[in-house]
Amino acid sequence: MAYYAKSKGQRVVDWSVHYGLLACFLFFALFPLFWLFKVAVTPTNLLYSEGIRMWPSETTWANFAQVMTDTDFPQFFINSAIVSGATALISTLIAAAAGYSFSRFQYRGKAMIIVLMLITQMFPLVMLIAPIFRILTPLGLTDSLLGLVVVYTAFNVPFATFLMQSFFDGIPKDLEEAAMIDGNTRFGALVKIIFPLTLPGIAATLGFVFTAAWSELLFALMLVSSPDAVTFPVGLLTFISKFSVDFGQMMAAGFLALIPAAIFFFLIQRYLVQGLTAGAVKG
Amino acid sequence: MTAATDLGAHPANRQGVTSRRFLSRLEPYFYASPAIVLLVTVMMVPLVVGLNYTVRDIRILNPFSGGYVGFAHFEAVWHDQNFHNALFNTFWWTVTSLFFQFFLGLMLALLLNRTFPGRRIIQSLVFLPWAVPAFLSGLNWAWMFNPVISPLPHWLFTFGILSEPTNILSDPDLAMWGPIVANIWFGIPFFAITLLAALQSIPGEIYEAASIDGASRRQQFVSITLPFLAPTIAITLMLRTIWIANFADLIIVMTNGGPADSTQIVSSYIFTQAFRRLDFGYASAIAAVLLVLLLAYAVSIIFIRRSLLRET
Repeated sequence: MAYYAKSKGQRVVDWSVHYGLLACFLFFALFPLFWLFKVAVTPTNLLYSEGIRMWPSETTWANFAQVMTDTDFPQFFINSAIVSGATALISTLIAAAAGYSFSRFQYRGKAMIIVLMLITQMFPLVMLIAPIFRILTPLGLTDSLLGLVVVYTAFNVPFATFLMQSFFDGIPKDLEEAAMIDGNTRFGALVKIIFPLTLPGIAATLGFVFTAAWSELLFALMLVSSPDAVTFPVGLLTFISKFSVDFGQMMAAGFLALIPAAIFFFLIQRYLVQGLTAGAVKG
Repeated sequence: MTAATDLGAHPANRQGVTSRRFLSRLEPYFYASPAIVLLVTVMMVPLVVGLNYTVRDIRILNPFSGGYVGFAHFEAVWHDQNFHNALFNTFWWTVTSLFFQFFLGLMLALLLNRTFPGRRIIQSLVFLPWAVPAFLSGLNWAWMFNPVISPLPHWLFTFGILSEPTNILSDPDLAMWGPIVANIWFGIPFFAITLLAALQSIPGEIYEAASIDGASRRQQFVSITLPFLAPTIAITLMLRTIWIANFADLIIVMTNGGPADSTQIVSSYIFTQAFRRLDFGYASAIAAVLLVLLLAYAVSIIFIRRSLLRET
C-alpha cells in the first residue's frame, strides 16, 4: 500500500510496527507447538526435576521410540492414513464431478441441490451420531475403516464441491467448447483439457479433505473400538487415560499426529488462498 | 441455449438427435448424482431418523426402549437446568471465540496483504495452527495450562492475570477461557485466509486513485477496504458462528464439560447424553432444539442482510 508519500522516519516506524505485530502472531502461533516438541524430547526424569526451562539440559528420542515400539500407535497411524487417504480421494472425485456440473450447467433442481449442501454445513453433525450408529451397526460398518470412510466422505463432499466449483469457475468455458468443436465429447474435453488446468484446485481439495479426516474425533470415538480400526485421534485419547502422567510420550505421539496434516497444509495453503480468491467465499 | 443442448445438434439421423439430446440433458445430473446419493443416504436419512428419535424412548443397552413418548423429551429439555446452563455457555463460548478470531484474523490478513521480505515463510508459519488437528489443539492447550509442565500459568501469574500459577481448567469460574483460547489459536488462520483472499481480489488501482486524491490510510480502509470485505465478512461470520456453536471437540478433549459443568456447551452436552448415558432419544431432542435455534439464526441473518441490501 501507499508508503511512498511518507518520510523515512515514518517508514521505519511503520515497518517496525508491522514486523512487531507479525512477531506477536508468530509467537502465539508457534510457542505451543514448540513446547509440544520440547517436552517430547525431554528425558522423563528431567521434566520434573529441572522445573520449567525453555530447553532441557539434555534431549532424547526415547519418547518417540517408545511410542513406536511399545504402543499400538504404528497401527493407529496406518489406520488414519488409510481412512484419510481414501476419504480425500473419493471425496475429491465426487466433489469434482458435482462442482463441474454446478459450474458449467444450468438445470432443473440445481438450486435445490446447492441449498441442500449449504444446509448440511449448518446443522450440528453431533445430532447424526446416534442415527448413523444405529444404521451402520446392522450393515457391519461399525468398527471398520470403511464405515469411517463413508461417513467422512459424506461430511466433506459439500465444502469440497464448493471449493472445486470455484476452481472450475476460474477456467474459461471457451476452452472445452473449442475442444468439443474439434470433435471431442464433453467428457473427453473434461479429461484432456480441463483436468490438467484444475490440478492446483484438486491438490487443494485433496489436502483440505485429508486434514479434515485426519482430525476427526467424535465419530471415530463412537464408531470404532478395536485396535485394527482405531484412528490416531482416538488412540491419543485412550493412551492418555492409560498413562495419564507420561507427558513425554503423549507429546511425542501428538507431535507424530501433527506431521502429516502439517505437510499437506504446507503443500496446499497457497492454492487455498487462490481458490478462495476465485470466489468460494464471496457470498 | 446452454452448451449441453448444443451437443445434440450434430448427428444427422433424427432418432439419434432425440436420444442424444435426452442423454445430454441428463449429463449434469450424472455428474452431480454421486454427491446427491451420498448426502441423502449418509446425512439426510440419518437426520430424519434422528428427528424420529426425538419422540421415542431410544436407549442403547435397554431392550425395552423404543416406544413412542410424544413430546416428553422436549418437555424434559425445557425443564433441564443443565441444558439451560449449556445454552448460556454456548452463547458465551461462541461470541467470545468469534470476536477474537475475527479481529485477530482481520489484523493478520491486513498485515499479510503487503509484499515484504519473508512474507511467504511467515504466512505459512502463522497459518500452521489451522493444520493442527482439533483434538491435538485441545490436548496441546490442556498441556499449556498445566503449571507442572508449562510456563504459561507462571507467566499469567507474573503479569498479575492469575492470583497464583494454577491450572485455570480446574477452576469453574475460569475454565471456559481454556477452550476459548485454544479455539482462538486454532481459528485465527481461517479468518486470515478467507479475508486475505478477499483483500487480494480488490483491484490495486482503486487505492492508487484514492491516495492521489489525498485519502489517508484510515480513510482508504474505511471507504475502500471495508466495503469490499463486507460480503466476505458477513458470510464467514455467519458460517463460523454456526460452526463454533457446534464445535464440541475442543471442549470434550480439554475439560469434558467440567469442572461442575462450567464448560458444557449444548453440542458437548448432546455428546454426553448420547455417549455416556446412551440416551439417544433425549440426545436427539436436544440436537433438534439446537438445530432449530441455529436455523433461526441463519435465516434471520440472511433476512437482515437482504433488507439491508434493499435499502442501499
